[in-house]
Amino acid sequence: MEEKEELLDKMNSELKDGLTKEQMDSKKQVGVSYWSLVKHQFKKNKLAMVSMYIVVFLVFIALTADFLSSSKPLYASYKGETYFPVIKDYLNDLGISKWSPDMINANWKQLDNENKLESVVWTPVPYGSREIDLKNSLSPPRGDHYLGTDAIGRDLLAGLIHGSRVSLSVGFIAAGIALLIGIVLGSMAGYYGGKVDLLIMRFVEIMMTLPTFFLIITIVAIYGSSIWYIMAAIGFTSWTGDAKLIRGEVLKVRNMEYITAANSIGFSGKQIIFRHVIPNAIAPVLVSGAFAIAGAILTEAALSFLGFGVSATTVTWGSLLNEARGASNAWWLAIFPGLMIFIAVVTYNLIGEGLRDALDPRLRD
Amino acid sequence: MKDYVIKRILLFIPTLIIITMITFLVCRLAPGDPTEMKLGQTGEAQKTDAKNLMTEQAKEFYKKKFGLDKPLPMQYLIWMGNMLQGDFGNSFKDNRPVLDKIFERLPVTMTISILSFMLIYMIAIPIGIYSAARQYSFIDRTTTVILFILYSLPNFWVATLAIVFLCNVEYIKIFPTSGIRSEDFDSLSTFGQFKDYFMHFFLPVTISSLASFAFLSRQMRSSMLEVIRQDYIRTARAKGLSERKVVLKHALRNSLIPIITLIGGILPAMIGGSVIIETIFSIPGIGQLAFQAILDRDYPLIMAELVLSSFLTVIGILLVDILYSFVDPRIAFTKKAA
Repeated sequence: MEEKEELLDKMNSELKDGLTKEQMDSKKQVGVSYWSLVKHQFKKNKLAMVSMYIVVFLVFIALTADFLSSSKPLYASYKGETYFPVIKDYLNDLGISKWSPDMINANWKQLDNENKLESVVWTPVPYGSREIDLKNSLSPPRGDHYLGTDAIGRDLLAGLIHGSRVSLSVGFIAAGIALLIGIVLGSMAGYYGGKVDLLIMRFVEIMMTLPTFFLIITIVAIYGSSIWYIMAAIGFTSWTGDAKLIRGEVLKVRNMEYITAANSIGFSGKQIIFRHVIPNAIAPVLVSGAFAIAGAILTEAALSFLGFGVSATTVTWGSLLNEARGASNAWWLAIFPGLMIFIAVVTYNLIGEGLRDALDPRLRD
Repeated sequence: MKDYVIKRILLFIPTLIIITMITFLVCRLAPGDPTEMKLGQTGEAQKTDAKNLMTEQAKEFYKKKFGLDKPLPMQYLIWMGNMLQGDFGNSFKDNRPVLDKIFERLPVTMTISILSFMLIYMIAIPIGIYSAARQYSFIDRTTTVILFILYSLPNFWVATLAIVFLCNVEYIKIFPTSGIRSEDFDSLSTFGQFKDYFMHFFLPVTISSLASFAFLSRQMRSSMLEVIRQDYIRTARAKGLSERKVVLKHALRNSLIPIITLIGGILPAMIGGSVIIETIFSIPGIGQLAFQAILDRDYPLIMAELVLSSFLTVIGILLVDILYSFVDPRIAFTKKAA
């Protein structure tokens, strides 16, 4: 009797161990066979990898913009006191520590010029994006205006550095909004089918007939040109492609056995969609996400180029490019801001293409 | 076939209703009072009571005049009713019928669009076919790179570069900066007038084609590559047909099918793009009119432009669908069955 139980126990544990091991193996294999394969394939694409590095670099610039270009020095010692004005500005804005009243509006440049600072370390670009240097208006690249200045003497390179914040954040968030709407509506249409599908797809078709760019300008012009309106206006008008794509993917996934299995266990529709269908249909969405970021950056630049940008005082790539139209011989204003927009758009497009090729099983050997 | 066309036309009625509703809501839920725009800046500057009263009265007058005193759903129905009778309202700015304003500017925009369309389809398709037929050749790889760059180039950047470097006495002056004809246009000979138009239209047309051109060429290439992989092409090759015949006669027809649908997408892109191109080159088309209308908050004009350009797009899509079902009879058949 005891022997029998022991045997059973042993068999059971062996069975359990065996199963878990097998499961673990298969889990590992799935991991290896899909995402790491995609990663491997993506890494082979040199252009896409270079683009990836450029994007990381741009994000780095956007995050550290204040340390790369500022009208205040990084470090200065004045009258025996040590200052870190750029960092102090942050702390001041956060309310952690206050500028002393006599120093808050100090003109560090003037102090430096008059040799009153004992020692000073300026940011690599010693101008802020809004700092007006009237003596050097419309100056070509020379001296410490590395890329020249605009009509009211604002440093172009400083403008490009700070402008990257607007471009990249609008790109990410607008594309995020579009993807979110696209994923929710697209997967609902694909999963539920029937009337839901019909309604959603009719809505998609209607949205596609609207002249998107014109509508975005109208919204931004009428409702005010805050960065949030721009993000929302771009996001809410550019989700249709994503919705169609997701719907197609969901239709492919929907009839697979594991979805039937999830259904038979009694999962709700919402659970199945979000936990089982979407993760398996998500790959192509990454591709369209990369393209969507490129599109949103382009749209935002076009908006501020036409004068519907974030605000009159905020410098963006588009608004800088716009100034080239008014200055007849300022080639630097025509070339550099446009080049930045182009680089941002091209890198995201290349990443999108790289992802698409990496995900396409037909291209795999 | 007939049933399919009728069904598609009927389906566009709800589409148009929803488009007009979106347009109406976007414009009417806007903060700020359009009557203030009508009264100009004077409303803010004058502070005395008497003048305030006057502006208040004027406001009431304009509110009544433009029907802004009624509840929103009523306003919508009145607007819709008038539109169905061909009355899109009068411009806030100069009180002229908006439809007149749009129609007198439509020919210029249509000329640019049609010329771009021709340019795009005449050059992009052969390039796509050639690239696909000689996949991985030197020419294929070069054009792929060039097309990719063209596709990512912001058209307003190219336009700015062109204006700064090609229309500028400081650098090179080849093209005129703005407008559609020179001041001395009337005194020119017929050939001179043609040349004048050509010089004025060259940059706007080529630049507004760039992105669509690259897009279409890339699509053509991949569509062709898809078809070339199929069995019946192998059969055609196996029976000894020349490569030229295989590509141009057997593969081309089927690979063109997806290209037709793209016409529907290029049209709205062009109408949107016309705002940028016409503003940069100061071309008196509907894009520039729209831009000005938005700056002036001329709501009747904005709404009319939104509705009309959506309407044009809808008609474009309808034509494409019908064309599509002619080219590929399977489409109409499956749609009818479904």
